[in-house]
Amino acid sequence: MIRFLSRLTPVLATAAVFLAGFVVCALIYPNFASLRVVMNLLTDNAFLVIVAVGMTFVIISGGIDLSVGSVIGFTTVFLALAIERWGVPPLAAFVLILVICAAFGAAMGAIIQYFELPAFIVTLAGMFLARGVSFLLSTESLPITADLYAHLSEHALRFGAGARLTVPAIIMLVVVLAGMVLLHLTRFGANVYALGGSRTATGLMGINVGRTTVLIYTLSSVLAGLAGIVFSLYTSSGYSLSAVGVELDAIAAVVIGGTLLSGGYGFIFGSFLGVMIQGLIQTYISFDGMLSSWWAKIATGLLLFAFIAFQQLTLHLARRSRRAPAGAHP
Amino acid sequence: MHATETLPPPLLALAGFSKSFAGFTALDRVDFTLRAGEIHALLGENGAGKSTLIKAMTGVVARDAGTMKLDGVAITPRSAQDALAAGIATVYQEVNLAPNLSVAQNLFLGRQPTRFGLVREGEMRRRARALLSEFGLSIDVAAPLESYSVAIQHIVAIARAVDQSARVLILDEPTASLDAHEVEVLFAVMRQLSARGIGIVFVTHFLDQVYAICDRITVLRNGRLAGSAPVEELPRLDLVRLMLGRELSEATSRRPPVIEGEARADIATFRGVGKAGTIAPFDLSLRAGHVVGLAGLLGSGRTETVRLVFGVDPADCGAAEVGGRAVTIGSPREAMALGFGYCPEERKTEGIVAELTVRENIALALQARRGALSPLSRREQDALAARFIGLLDIRPPDPERPVGLLSGGNQQKVLLARWLATAPRLLILDEPTRGIDVGAHAEIIGLIRDLCREGMALLVVSSELEELVTYADEVVVLRDRAHVARLSGAQIEVSTILATIAQAPACADAA
Repeated sequence: MIRFLSRLTPVLATAAVFLAGFVVCALIYPNFASLRVVMNLLTDNAFLVIVAVGMTFVIISGGIDLSVGSVIGFTTVFLALAIERWGVPPLAAFVLILVICAAFGAAMGAIIQYFELPAFIVTLAGMFLARGVSFLLSTESLPITADLYAHLSEHALRFGAGARLTVPAIIMLVVVLAGMVLLHLTRFGANVYALGGSRTATGLMGINVGRTTVLIYTLSSVLAGLAGIVFSLYTSSGYSLSAVGVELDAIAAVVIGGTLLSGGYGFIFGSFLGVMIQGLIQTYISFDGMLSSWWAKIATGLLLFAFIAFQQLTLHLARRSRRAPAGAHP
Repeated sequence: MHATETLPPPLLALAGFSKSFAGFTALDRVDFTLRAGEIHALLGENGAGKSTLIKAMTGVVARDAGTMKLDGVAITPRSAQDALAAGIATVYQEVNLAPNLSVAQNLFLGRQPTRFGLVREGEMRRRARALLSEFGLSIDVAAPLESYSVAIQHIVAIARAVDQSARVLILDEPTASLDAHEVEVLFAVMRQLSARGIGIVFVTHFLDQVYAICDRITVLRNGRLAGSAPVEELPRLDLVRLMLGRELSEATSRRPPVIEGEARADIATFRGVGKAGTIAPFDLSLRAGHVVGLAGLLGSGRTETVRLVFGVDPADCGAAEVGGRAVTIGSPREAMALGFGYCPEERKTEGIVAELTVRENIALALQARRGALSPLSRREQDALAARFIGLLDIRPPDPERPVGLLSGGNQQKVLLARWLATAPRLLILDEPTRGIDVGAHAEIIGLIRDLCREGMALLVVSSELEELVTYADEVVVLRDRAHVARLSGAQIEVSTILATIAQAPACADAA
C-alpha cells in the first residue's frame, strides 16, 4: 500500500497543488468557488486535455510529439473549408479528418521506428509540414456556420446557476476515461510503459515494438485531430494560426502531472490535473483583470521547474531507499 | 516432469557454424551439441566467439554457414522472437526486462490474461506468484521489478523464459554481478530446470562455477572450437590451456637479453592497494626499463588492477608512492600529471577518435595535459606527428588521414604515439595486440621492448601468454580478483603461468 502511494506521489503532489491553488483563488475571489467556474475550466481547456492524453502515451513510451499543435491548426482549417466551401456534412468531415490524422501519425511513427530517427526530429518535421499545409489551404480565419456547430454549442448538461457541462467538456472527460483504461488496463498500455522502461528489452521480450510505436503516434495524432474538432466547436472557426505552441503546453501539463520526460512512469490523470493547473492560473488572471496574460506563462514556467526538481528528488530518494533493502532474498 | 534420460538425438545440435564481419572471422566452423537436462558451460576469452555463437543461434545475427537442429528438426531463427517461439530463450547479463513494470507484468508482458481486452490484474498476479513459487521465490509481484536485487531480476527473467515453453535456456554471464549467496540461489534454479529436462547453455568466466554446476564444457578460442568434453574429463589445467594456450609463433618466441645488475629506479610503488569488491589489496612495484605483465583469465582482476593504478577507480586502502613521494591517485588526470599513460583495451570505444586525423589523435593527450589555455601550435603538432609516424612506422605515413581508415595495428600505434608524446614515466598497455592481424603483433612487441630500453616503466595486461613471456621481466598472475603469484626470471614460462592460473583456490571463498 505504501509502495502504491509512493508511485502515486507525483500525481498526489499535482492534485495538492491544484487544490491549494483553487483554495487560494477562492479566498481572494469569493465567487471563484462555484460550479460554474469549474465547468468553464473543463470547457476552456477541453482541447488541451485531449492533446495531453495523447502526449502522455507518447512521453511514457519514451518519445515526444511536437506536431500536435500544428495538427490542431490544420484540423480547424480543414474542417472550415470542408464544411463551408466543399459542402461536406460536418460529421463526415470529422471522420475524414480523423482518418487523415491517423495516417499522419502512423507515418511519423513508422519513420521513427523504421528509419531509427529521433522522435524529436520526425515530429518537428511533422509540425512544420502540418502548419505549412494549413497555410497552403488558407491564411484567413474562416468562420464555420453549419447548423451542427450552432446546435452543439446549445447542447450541454445544465446544473443551474449558469454551470454547463458542454459537449467539448463531455468529449474530453470521455477521452480521459478511455485513455486511463487503455493505458492502465490493457496489454497495449503495458507495452507503452515497457517501451519507456527499456526499448531493447521490450523487443527481446517478444513485443512488437514497431507496431506499438506506430500505434502510439497514431493515437497521439488522432487525439490531436479530435482536439482540433473540439477547438473548432469551441471557436466556431478555422484558422491556420490557431493552437501555435500548444504542443509545449501539452508537454508542460504532462510533466507537471508527474510523468517522467524520459519515459516509463506517469498517469493520464496527472496530465489532466496538469492542464487544470494551467487553466486555473489563466482563470485567476482573468478574474484579476489587471494582470497581463503572460503571467500565466511565467507561472507555468516556475511550476515546471518546481515539478522537475521535485521529480528528481523523489527519484533520488527512491533509489537510495531501494539500495538499502536490496538483499530481499527469497 | 522428469525426462532426464539422455535421448539419442541431442536437444540442440549446431554444426559448422561460421560468421565473418567485414573480413574478420568471428566464428569458424564451430560445432556445438546440447542434450536435454544438460548444463553446458560455454567458455572462452574475450573475442573467442562466445557472444557471436549465441547471437547466431538465437537469430540476432545471421550465420554465414552451418546447420542447426532442435530435436532433430532443422531450424533457422531470424530474430530473438523467432528463437523464443522455437523454444530457445536467452537471459543476458544485463537483465532484459522492463525495470519500471511490476514483476507480474514483466512475467506476462504480451501474454497477460485478459477479459474483454482488459488485463485481469488479479489473475495475472496469482499466476505470477504460482510461477515464482516454483523457483522458491515468494515476493510481492505487484512491486516494480527495479525494487528487487539483480539476482531476483535474473530469476524473474528465467521464469519468464521457461514459462514460455523454453527447451533451451542460454544464460549469458548471469552471475557476473551476483554475490555468493545469490549465485547459490541461481544455481538451485538451474539444477531444478535441468531436472525438468531443459538444456542450459551457461556462459561464465568463473571457473569455480563451471566445476560446481556444469556437466559439460565447450571452449572456443579465436572463433574456433578449442575443445569440448564432459567436466570430469577436463581438469582445470587442461581447461585453462584450452582457453589460453596458443601455438608458439616464431616471430615472438625470442627472449630478450636480460639486462642484469643495472640500477633501476623505482617509478611507482603500490603497497596494499585494493578496493573492496573489485580487487583484493596487492603490492606492485614498477621500475624504469622494466616490464611487468599481468596474466589471468577474463574477470580475474587484471583490468581492475590497471584501473586502480591509473586512478579510474580510486583505491579504498593502501598507499602509493611515485618517485619516492607518497601520492593519492584519485583520477586519471592526477595519474597523467604524475607521468602515467594508459592505452585501454577497447581501442574503438575508449581510445582512438576515428574521425580525427592521425596528427590530431597523436596530439590529444599532450594537449589535454597542457590544458586548453596553451594550445599546441600547428607546427608543433606537425612535428609531433612526423616524429612518431617515423618512429613507430605508422602506415600509410600520412598525418592527415582519419585514423578510422587505418588498420588495427596502425591504430594501436597511433594510440601508443599519443601517450609517448606526453613522455610518460609509466605506460600501461591493456591487451596491446588484441584485434591486430598476426603480422603486426611482432611489431608492437618490438616497440614494447624498445620503450623499455629507453627507461620507461611498462605495465602490460595480456591474454597472449606466449607473447607476454617474451617481453615481461616480471609476471603477476591473477585469479578471482586477487594477485596470487609473482613470477620473475626463469619462472616466466607459459606452463608455469598456466599452472598458477589453474590452481584451485586454497579455501573456496571466491566472492
